[in-house]
Amino acid sequence: MTIPALVLFFAFHTLPALTGILYSFTDWKGYGTWDFVGLKNYINLFKDSRALDSYIFTFKFAIIATISVNIISLLIAMGLNAKIKFKTALRAIYFTPYILSILVVGYIFNYIFTFFLPDIAQALGINALTKSILGNPDLAWIGVVILAVWQSCGFNTLLYLSGLQTIDHTLYEAASIDGAGRWRQFTNITFPLISPFFTINMVLAMKNFLMVFDHVMALTNGGPGRATESISLLIYRGGFAGGEFAYQTANAVIYFIVILVISVFQIKVLQKREVEL
Amino acid sequence: MISQEEANLETNLKSKESSRFFKFFKDSDVNWGATILLLIGSLAILFPLYLAINVALKSPQQLAQSIFAFPKKIHWENFTKAIELTHYFRSFKNSSLVTIPTVIITLLTNSMVAYAIARNLNKKFFKFLYYYFIAALFIPFPIIMLPIVKEMSFLGLDNRLGLTILYIVYGLSMNIFIYIGYIKSLPNSLEEAAIIDGASTWQIFWKIIFPLLKPINATIAILTSLWAWNDFMLPLIMLNERKLMTLPLVQYVFQSQFSTNYNLAFASYILALAPMILVYIFAQKWIISGVMKGSVKG
Repeated sequence: MTIPALVLFFAFHTLPALTGILYSFTDWKGYGTWDFVGLKNYINLFKDSRALDSYIFTFKFAIIATISVNIISLLIAMGLNAKIKFKTALRAIYFTPYILSILVVGYIFNYIFTFFLPDIAQALGINALTKSILGNPDLAWIGVVILAVWQSCGFNTLLYLSGLQTIDHTLYEAASIDGAGRWRQFTNITFPLISPFFTINMVLAMKNFLMVFDHVMALTNGGPGRATESISLLIYRGGFAGGEFAYQTANAVIYFIVILVISVFQIKVLQKREVEL
Repeated sequence: MISQEEANLETNLKSKESSRFFKFFKDSDVNWGATILLLIGSLAILFPLYLAINVALKSPQQLAQSIFAFPKKIHWENFTKAIELTHYFRSFKNSSLVTIPTVIITLLTNSMVAYAIARNLNKKFFKFLYYYFIAALFIPFPIIMLPIVKEMSFLGLDNRLGLTILYIVYGLSMNIFIYIGYIKSLPNSLEEAAIIDGASTWQIFWKIIFPLLKPINATIAILTSLWAWNDFMLPLIMLNERKLMTLPLVQYVFQSQFSTNYNLAFASYILALAPMILVYIFAQKWIISGVMKGSVKG
């Protein structure tokens, strides 16, 4: 059973990845003839301001979204772990966004940002928000962050919640007898004990957000201008419609290296911190 | 040391006593602050969904008057029009014909591969396989995206079957990771006893191991179906024929036709979200515990 799995995996995953790397050294447009061009694609990429802009947007988005999602999810998880009323119902509500299609939810948010929020802002007399933030090249990325946080908090909350449930309650009782306040209890008990979950959440969220695609397609389509063009979107557009097949596979190879470096770095740093705690 | 234990015991006893005492007041140890904050927070989740349903039930005139207010006269015909326009049942069928086989075959095959690897990790070949599959987790999809489209259309697999194959194959890395973590925690003794009784590996897997994998199978089934049902990128690059398109892809394709009529568009969005929401309403507890179990073991 492992042999067919290996063959299929190689054929549909490794093989295209390898051919992708091979094409990145050519000038193929996706059709017609091609020649090897050496490192030309890579050299051009480093001079390409469109590619650079997409990296800046993607990183800005991924970092802010990862941090926001983790803070908010941890807060919600701690709330859900407390002795509260309507526990099951609340847990179910907070997980709901994760079961929904990002694209469709994105269209709904698109409408909220474009029509609903400006209406409200006008009624309340907040001039700064009377125009859609998605139409503003400096603010559109915030809309993407809001959608991403709304959609993915549910999953991270559940991961944190399962971490919190592994903590023995007598620890808190002992700590409060010793006079430790809420904040001390959090920094000295809760956080150290769930730090493996913190590592997983940070790495998973960052990796997923670096690949952002559906969110941008639904909200801004990369606009206004190219203000919110993510790396995935650029590779998709340039590769399929722009006749830059080989060039964008070179971009994808660089993207791969970047993601690999970041993941390894994150895991190393966060695990080291886990040990120190 | 002993005195500390005694002290702990004493506080435990005390808290038990006090909880008995407070039983009379039943809810007095409820954290109302957290409850209220969470209730307010949940509005942030529910409000966009309320708004979406609200818009879907209105006429353009009603929408122009107020986005927020619930419509006095409900326009169900938005839904019937959306069903006709987007060929809803066709795309629903397409999504189902991709998701259901994907989930079933994923459960049957991925668990078996994971079992073979987990029980043979001392052998070089299986150790290599393990790292080979796990390493693929770090390869971003865009590097495969362009070549796989060429490969699939060359093989004549730019259809539902091809999509299903890709979901099963691409899920392998993550699923193996989760399965192996769980299989390692299962004791060897049952299998050893079965081997002595003369059972083949095939029998051992189906009769003993697979039933034991039930909780983690639930996790894998949930995560896989969410992914295959909601995914947009793979159908976008793979499917060119309109009659094969899945639900999310159809929403994308009809964007330009919707642009003038938001009510119709939202009716279509609600229809696209509805199957998952319905499943979730009935299987909510099971889904949540499935996802949480996976995260502890994996």
